[in-house]
Amino acid sequence: MTSLTGTVALARFILRRDRVRIVVWIFAIVVLVALTTVGIEGLFPTQAALDQTAAATAHNAAMIAFNGAPQGLDTVGGQVAFQFGAMGMVLVGLMSIFMVGRLTRGEEEAGRLEVVRSLPVGIHANTLAAVLTVAAMNLIVGVLTAAVLIAQGLPAAGSVTFGASFILVGLVFGGVTLLVAQVTESTRTVYGAAGAVLGAAYMLRAVGDIGDGTFSWFSPIGVAQKARPFADERWWPLLLLVAITVLLVVAATALTVRRDLGAGLVAARPGPPAAAPWLGHPLGLAFRLQRASLLGWSAGVLVIGIAYGWMGPTVDTLIGGNKALTELMAGTGGGSLTDLFFASSFRFMALIATGFVIGSALRVRSEETSMRADLVLATPVSRWRFAASHLAVACAGSVVLLAVVGLATGLTYGLAGGGMQNVPRLFVAALVYVPAMWIMVGLAIALDGLVPRLVGVSWAILVACVVEGFLGAVLGLPRWLSDLSPFEWVPQLPAASLTLLPLVVMSAVAAGLTLIGLAGLRRRDIGRI
Amino acid sequence: MPNAISTTGLTKNFGSTRALDGLDLSVKAGEVHGFLGPNGSGKTTTIRVLLGLLRADSGDVELLGRDPWRDAVELHRRLAYVPGEVSLWPNLTGGEVIDLFGRLRGDFDLHRRDELLERFQLDPTKKTGSYSKGNRQKVALVAALASDAELLLLDEPTSGLDPLMEAVFQDYIREVKAQGRTVLLSSHILAEVEALCDRLSIVRLGRTVETGTLDELRHLTRTSITAETAQPAQGLADLEGIHDLEIDGAHVRFEVDTVHLDPAVRRLAEFGVRSLVSHPPTLEELFLRHYGDELAAEPERVDRERDTPRLPRR
Repeated sequence: MTSLTGTVALARFILRRDRVRIVVWIFAIVVLVALTTVGIEGLFPTQAALDQTAAATAHNAAMIAFNGAPQGLDTVGGQVAFQFGAMGMVLVGLMSIFMVGRLTRGEEEAGRLEVVRSLPVGIHANTLAAVLTVAAMNLIVGVLTAAVLIAQGLPAAGSVTFGASFILVGLVFGGVTLLVAQVTESTRTVYGAAGAVLGAAYMLRAVGDIGDGTFSWFSPIGVAQKARPFADERWWPLLLLVAITVLLVVAATALTVRRDLGAGLVAARPGPPAAAPWLGHPLGLAFRLQRASLLGWSAGVLVIGIAYGWMGPTVDTLIGGNKALTELMAGTGGGSLTDLFFASSFRFMALIATGFVIGSALRVRSEETSMRADLVLATPVSRWRFAASHLAVACAGSVVLLAVVGLATGLTYGLAGGGMQNVPRLFVAALVYVPAMWIMVGLAIALDGLVPRLVGVSWAILVACVVEGFLGAVLGLPRWLSDLSPFEWVPQLPAASLTLLPLVVMSAVAAGLTLIGLAGLRRRDIGRI
Repeated sequence: MPNAISTTGLTKNFGSTRALDGLDLSVKAGEVHGFLGPNGSGKTTTIRVLLGLLRADSGDVELLGRDPWRDAVELHRRLAYVPGEVSLWPNLTGGEVIDLFGRLRGDFDLHRRDELLERFQLDPTKKTGSYSKGNRQKVALVAALASDAELLLLDEPTSGLDPLMEAVFQDYIREVKAQGRTVLLSSHILAEVEALCDRLSIVRLGRTVETGTLDELRHLTRTSITAETAQPAQGLADLEGIHDLEIDGAHVRFEVDTVHLDPAVRRLAEFGVRSLVSHPPTLEELFLRHYGDELAAEPERVDRERDTPRLPRR
């Protein structure tokens, strides 16, 4: 098998190079599993408490849409699988996507694979080394997850099924990434396309779980949940995921031998010989560079918005027979369950859209480390204008994405029978997240201006906000800690009423952070520091 | 003539690494100034300080009479820059990038742009991601040469260009010089430096070790002599400045510090010179002398290394 020569050496090299990254991914996911389990045990100390929440959740459309079909909710294990299952699978999916993308197309795009392939190394060696590494990461996450659950005294069969579902979902998305990495030349596009598949998998299962369950079978995440951990486990859906993984890897391997190193399957086309008139100033350049990304993200949130709008009318029918729950919800905040559903959906979509916003703001940094900023800054363009142009795209992008979210959700909900009078309400309910997203822009540029080496912390902050938003209650986070997330300060429209003060304060905080960042950027050296 | 660039005692540290260690550089307005030194000697750092991208830790810098850190934007209207390693936006075409830089700088001659594209044989419809290193370099060169900036900062601008394109580049630099504009040319290609530069500075370990015209610098190094004499030459070893002396009967070979050339030739004449080949120091020899002791100690190693001085043998 000369096509695999060098695999072991390359795998060891990957372990050496990415050791911190690998450990952080595994550790973060397993710790979240442990914290969720402990949190649930504290939240529902008695069987009566579990029975009560199981009865209420069976009709809570928002929770079903976000977490999955209600199964085994009257057990601690069932609650862990419900509260953390879908989110955990998205996390292992992201882990596989970023690791496989970086180790395959990333190496190829950077030209490093060329040097490696000039050595006595087989054509599939790097791919196999990457796949083995990522498979091992998923295996460790799954085994540790099962071990943590068993150590907490949960049934072994359910714990192992739950761990196995993490492993297999991770492997499927590793395979998806490997396949797209063969088709396109840019690593960014690989992340985008594989991420879109992950998003589609999550949304398909949401639509399925809230309906009759059919759509869930088209989603790896939905299929994994059909293995029913802690609720009469069955193994055969997991075999389906094994088959999908094998198919994806075989297809990717077949494509590898049919293309040149460095090339994709889609050949680059010639472009315009001269620049368009608007591509003559830093803002035009920033827009041109981020246009494709903004379009991609817009399409993504459009689909998610349509899905949530589509689910809206079902929320009413789901609670139909449950008077006790309706009264309970009415007592908590005054909003209807549908409004609560939309409030959670908008927060979720705002958190997702923040992914674009941070990536966009960090363009300021990536332009600098790629040395492209040198060329722009060597012309009569001040650092201020250079950075502000990219930030303007980030800030305007927030508004665009939230507008898409609001309109898509509102119009679909209206067309699906929710009533067109709700369109403006839902539009505003999405747009209230603009200042929170601007704060994330401010944080990113403040880090860039003051401690450029730590700009990656911006992503960690977003992950923390996502964890807080979805698991905050389950983890039993103290109020002050939860309140650190700007997404907590946003009025929960349409379930709550619109209050302007927090929005004004947040905009001011965002502006302050941005100014600090720009001032820092003007004072420090430019380059790969 | 006033100085276009003058730095005195420039220092810059990156953490514990000292990149510039009291670097002096003066470039007169209207001259083409060669900027030479081994890899990692501080040439690029100096140019990035001149661009106001880095702030020097100490020392004085003046560019066209102003402070490059404080007045960066104003100064950049008057200069053009070509980096040694050009990285561009892979999804933009070469034409788009050239136009962008031209418009950002503000003085853009479309006619000249097209002429340059033609001369450098660059296809402007290709995405820069598919360009070779040499073609990316051409994009930066075309953008810089299409401007009428009074100062060109060129950091190894021709690395990756083929000899034909190198000749085109030299034509344009001569034109720039004829127009009275100033060029700072950092380069490893000694033939290029010899062909273009009025004066040059050699830096090593962040310091200027030599500066002057090529003739002035030649004077500081050695001339090699090969001769045949009627009688075996004697007493040469006693003279000052003689190195690597080899006498084989009537044949003699040695190197002599150029300042001591006259006494050496006089002594040789006493033994009846039948033939004499005098070999002035090449820029390469000049270079090697200043480029690190370890290189001078084993010059044969040099040939195997990348980025080593190429050419010229005369």
